[in-house]
Amino acid sequence: MAASLPLNPSAVPVAEEMAPSRNTVWRRFRRHKVALAGGVIIIFMGLIAICANILTPADPNFIDQVNWQGYPLAPGVAHHILGTDENGRDLLARLMFGARISLTVALFAVIMEISIGTFLGAISGYYGGWVDFFIMRATDVVLSIPLLPLLLVLTAIVAGTSNKASLNFGVIVVLIGGLSWPSVARLVRASFLSLREREFAEAAKAVGNRDGRIIFRHLLPNAIAPIIVQATLEVANVIILESTLSFLGFGIQPPTASWGNMLANAQSNITDAPWAAIFPGLCILVTVLAINYLGDGLRDALDPNMR
Amino acid sequence: MLFTILQYAPGGPLTPYLQNPHITEADIIRLKHNLGLDQPGYVQYFTWLFKVLQGDFGWSMSNSEPVSQAIIERLPATLTLMGCAFVFSLAIGVTAGIISAVRQYSWLDYTVTTLAFFGQSMPVFWFALMMQLAFSVVGITAFGYKFSLPSAGISTSDTFDFWDRLQHLILPTVVLSLLFIAQWSRFMRSSMLEVVRTDYMRTAAAKGVSQRAVILKHGLKNALIPLVTVIALSLPGLFAGAVVTETIFAWPGMGRLFINALGQFDFALLMGYMMLTSFLVITFNLVADLCYAWLDPRVKYT
Repeated sequence: MAASLPLNPSAVPVAEEMAPSRNTVWRRFRRHKVALAGGVIIIFMGLIAICANILTPADPNFIDQVNWQGYPLAPGVAHHILGTDENGRDLLARLMFGARISLTVALFAVIMEISIGTFLGAISGYYGGWVDFFIMRATDVVLSIPLLPLLLVLTAIVAGTSNKASLNFGVIVVLIGGLSWPSVARLVRASFLSLREREFAEAAKAVGNRDGRIIFRHLLPNAIAPIIVQATLEVANVIILESTLSFLGFGIQPPTASWGNMLANAQSNITDAPWAAIFPGLCILVTVLAINYLGDGLRDALDPNMR
Repeated sequence: MLFTILQYAPGGPLTPYLQNPHITEADIIRLKHNLGLDQPGYVQYFTWLFKVLQGDFGWSMSNSEPVSQAIIERLPATLTLMGCAFVFSLAIGVTAGIISAVRQYSWLDYTVTTLAFFGQSMPVFWFALMMQLAFSVVGITAFGYKFSLPSAGISTSDTFDFWDRLQHLILPTVVLSLLFIAQWSRFMRSSMLEVVRTDYMRTAAAKGVSQRAVILKHGLKNALIPLVTVIALSLPGLFAGAVVTETIFAWPGMGRLFINALGQFDFALLMGYMMLTSFLVITFNLVADLCYAWLDPRVKYT
């Protein structure tokens, strides 16, 4: 850490060392070409997801009974650019609507995860003592249980207590968001532990600010860089998590398309219809890869000393 | 420090505690078989906890045998798979990390880091499907030999045939390892880069020790220390990965047992599985912490 500080400390004003200006961040980020490409891909995917109903070549749940004869149609056959799935539904259309579902689930789950994690991490790091102790034990407990099996059990319980259709969007978002916050909480706590000792925190306290104001107006803005980076990387994780759940049949339920559940039947058809297995996974891979590169670029731009 | 680790312990029983009250609503068949279920949740919880402490995990509905027996039967298959994946990831990940750190900014380094990014972004189940497609459905032809590997199960017949077992093991191991190779090689790279810059590495080089020896003897040992923590943290992920991998490759292990139990709402088995995995994770965390103290004498536990 210390070794990578500016070579000539006397030339750098104290304020600048704390947070790089918006211009500096953008300049650093621009230099990272792959991250830039990642950003472009994500914007592209986002646009597709938003405009799915305009761009789509067909209704995602429409079964092409004219051409479909009980097995998937190959790409290019009967105007299906990417072919159809085993039920004769247009693959491209389902991919577009799948993007909508997969990306929204990821977005909302991460917003929830970051909110909970930041809040708990902040009060844990700021107050210390028994508050810190309880929150940290809670994170230990959640972290020591393998997340995917736990999610599977919980979704199965929801499916068991009510009908399977209730295993929708909201449940998935709440479960993922509600269980993946500990890593964020630890991260935020670590930066708050050092921030609360800084002079500006002391100053804010000395002039009589309430704790809530110090935490959210003074300390949090200074801890925001790692949170943004983590949030980006978490979007990638949640996309994979949701698609895995859906693939195993416990996530988003068909007929609603998600990139994961489109692959659920792909395994049994893989000999006859490899395209049905290839394209949804490719979408996941490209999106997640783009997000990971974007996060990497953001990390370099926002906080070069972080790693 | 040890005390902190022991605080993990409530993690296991706490999970089923969240689930226990739901069982009554969830499964009417369960009610007939388990008279205790009309009692309040906390009573059930303590009865269950008490039995678990005696080693009784209950009766598995979907397998018609005790939970402990069902799990123990399938434990070796899972541990074989996880063990192989662990060793494989460690070997490849550490090697790749060292190479890419020593040759920083070379084409080799760029290849390794790019592949690591791909590995981290790859959905495990899709990678598994693609491997099956490549090696079992299509079959890859190279050097005039058609490579094809079995895509399901642990063996072709019941008689033990080492070569056959090995062939069945290759694809699941590679699939399960991918994520960890990616994560650990990236971590190893940055850890090694940090170590290379230290004074004792310069001293060793100045004494005239060859580069290979400096890296492997002085560097590796110090760079491995932080990796221990990372490995311990990725253990839950290894279990999760095993669930997916076993499902796709029809591997007769705990993960597949777990997925089957899910489909049939066999909660006793699910709880047993969660308990066991959490317990293993906590145990390995403890082992990792002890390793840490052994590897790095600077760390003192108070």
